[in-house]
Amino acid sequence: MSDAVSAARPLAPASHRPAFKWGPVFDHAILIAGAAFMLVPVFLAFMTSTHDAVTVHTGGVQAWPGGSLIDNYATVMFDGLGFSGAVNGTTMMLNSLILGLGFAVGKIVLSMMAAYAIVYFRFPLAEFAFWAIFVTLLLPLEVRILPSYEIVQSMGLINTYTGLIVPLVASATGTFFFRQFFKSVPDELIEAARIDGAGPLKFFRDILLPLSRTMIAAIFIIMFVYGWNQYLWPTLITTNEEYFTLVRGIKQIIQVWVGSQIPEYGQAMALAVLAMLPPVIVVVVFQSWFIKGLTESDK
Amino acid sequence: MARLHIDQVSKIYTGTQRAVDTVSIDVDDGEFLVLVGPSGCGKSTLLRMIAGLEAITEGAITIGERVVNDLDPAERDIAMVFQNYALYPHMKVYDNMAYGLRNRGIARDEIDRRVREAATTLELGPLLERKPRELSGGQRQRVAMGRAIVRNPAAFLFDEPLSNLDAKLRSHMRVEIKHLQRSLGITSVYVTHDQLEAMTLADKLVVMNAGKVEQIGAPLDVYERPASTFVASFIGAPAMNLIPFSALGDDGRLGLRDAAVATIGFRPQDIIEVANDNEDGDGLSLRFVVDAVEPVGSESYLHGKVGDERVVVRIDGRAPHREGDRIGIAVPSERLHAFDADGRRLEGWRVPEAVGDAGTAIRKTRAT
Repeated sequence: MSDAVSAARPLAPASHRPAFKWGPVFDHAILIAGAAFMLVPVFLAFMTSTHDAVTVHTGGVQAWPGGSLIDNYATVMFDGLGFSGAVNGTTMMLNSLILGLGFAVGKIVLSMMAAYAIVYFRFPLAEFAFWAIFVTLLLPLEVRILPSYEIVQSMGLINTYTGLIVPLVASATGTFFFRQFFKSVPDELIEAARIDGAGPLKFFRDILLPLSRTMIAAIFIIMFVYGWNQYLWPTLITTNEEYFTLVRGIKQIIQVWVGSQIPEYGQAMALAVLAMLPPVIVVVVFQSWFIKGLTESDK
Repeated sequence: MARLHIDQVSKIYTGTQRAVDTVSIDVDDGEFLVLVGPSGCGKSTLLRMIAGLEAITEGAITIGERVVNDLDPAERDIAMVFQNYALYPHMKVYDNMAYGLRNRGIARDEIDRRVREAATTLELGPLLERKPRELSGGQRQRVAMGRAIVRNPAAFLFDEPLSNLDAKLRSHMRVEIKHLQRSLGITSVYVTHDQLEAMTLADKLVVMNAGKVEQIGAPLDVYERPASTFVASFIGAPAMNLIPFSALGDDGRLGLRDAAVATIGFRPQDIIEVANDNEDGDGLSLRFVVDAVEPVGSESYLHGKVGDERVVVRIDGRAPHREGDRIGIAVPSERLHAFDADGRRLEGWRVPEAVGDAGTAIRKTRAT
């Protein structure tokens, strides 16, 4: 009996060695393929942006670094572009920033107030008001673009930041997110606050706002990126090049030298890479907040 | 510090459904009132009406000298401790306690003095700079109490404050709350569904059922003389045995003819084990068939049947009985409770004189 046990012992470790599992290999293959699918175009864009226009024109998209890195980036950032030459990459980036920030902040302020009213106040047609806001999800800017343009134009807001930002600010998504979040705040908290003598404004400022921090951060990221990437509306509403945003400006570079000129592909790519940077930075810096905001319930 | 007067108060939500039905209760200055009842009996609604978190449909609530029906919660001079503590998660313990005082425009050093004093009383001193999520359940509970204490209100309102704690901590906090309430002498209303909590904390106990007050009284009075079958079954653990009078056998044959009585009740520990044919004593003797034995250590509970009715009895020490045993039990007359067809208590009822044979499961004994 004891012989059998001791004989079996040396074998035991071998049988305990885990069998090679193909599952994780397969998982990683998919992840790597997915990552490559996302990253290769970005990589190619960056590499192409380091070449001059002639190389790109004759050789197509470039996979290796070329010699025009500083040249291209300096040109798009600081030299006058466009027909008038009144605008360069820096001003366009500034315009994009104003649009992105104004859009994100405006949306958060507006949708938070709307959600606060819908969740915490009993007024006639509150539910109807919410659904009316919610239904506007079915009417994105592209659908209502002519009436929107007409209104903004009639108010004389063409070529202003106001005209650029305000029509985009009304938001069902933000209101919806904040409504869901506010609904998850326990009722006892508002009751405790009422007994502690906090009115509606104090409750909002002292309790709801601090509790919503992570949620605000998450929505800020989404909205900033969304605003930054706007193309159609800025194209319609800004005719003065001083108000051009980066995203819209890229197209301008390629269009300017029509005729016998070779379009400045390298510069266009450089601008595209630059246009990509701020959203990337915002997401990287705020991603932990972002995940917290969408998952954590710190209540 | 004030008297609390609840006068004919009702809460009607939709149509005619009354969540709280014409309730009148008086709470004396410094008294500890406990509202107890099963979930949905309206006890929390009543508390929330006192707090001002629910509108009062009918009647009036007076705190001190003021009718508070139309006052905001903050103006009623009450403090409330919630079941889930309702601490502000983003504020430190100190700020949680100070928030209500700041909103009332109290001077900074006065706030500081009161918060530190409360923290000392509740042994929260080292925790003042922590956030609620860094505290244990018991500590959070204490902070919630602290938030109430610093206000120095006319009345404390407790809404099942211990139900989120584990059993050991609960009994500890129960003693602490009682002690604190005594030393501060603040009128308190405490809501719970736990009859043990209710019994141990209350100066005055209010048993509620289906929106109505079933009984108001000192805890032991309620226990000794339950006003209804509902109170009888709700207060005391294990619950009082309630047997339909008709199940005691053929009335005619037994001679236990008493039209007024519908239900007979006795507590598990009020029985005396007797030999089957014991004829001694004034009371009710029953033949009891054991279904299951539950030894708890110092005592044993026997679950079984008298006739077709389920009955639980308590035996001191270890029961020698086994499943299937038939034993005789007797309940002294003064330990019997009788209720009429509406479930109301019949005060001073005694087992009537026996006539005829005792039958199979029940016998009426009398002094010889």
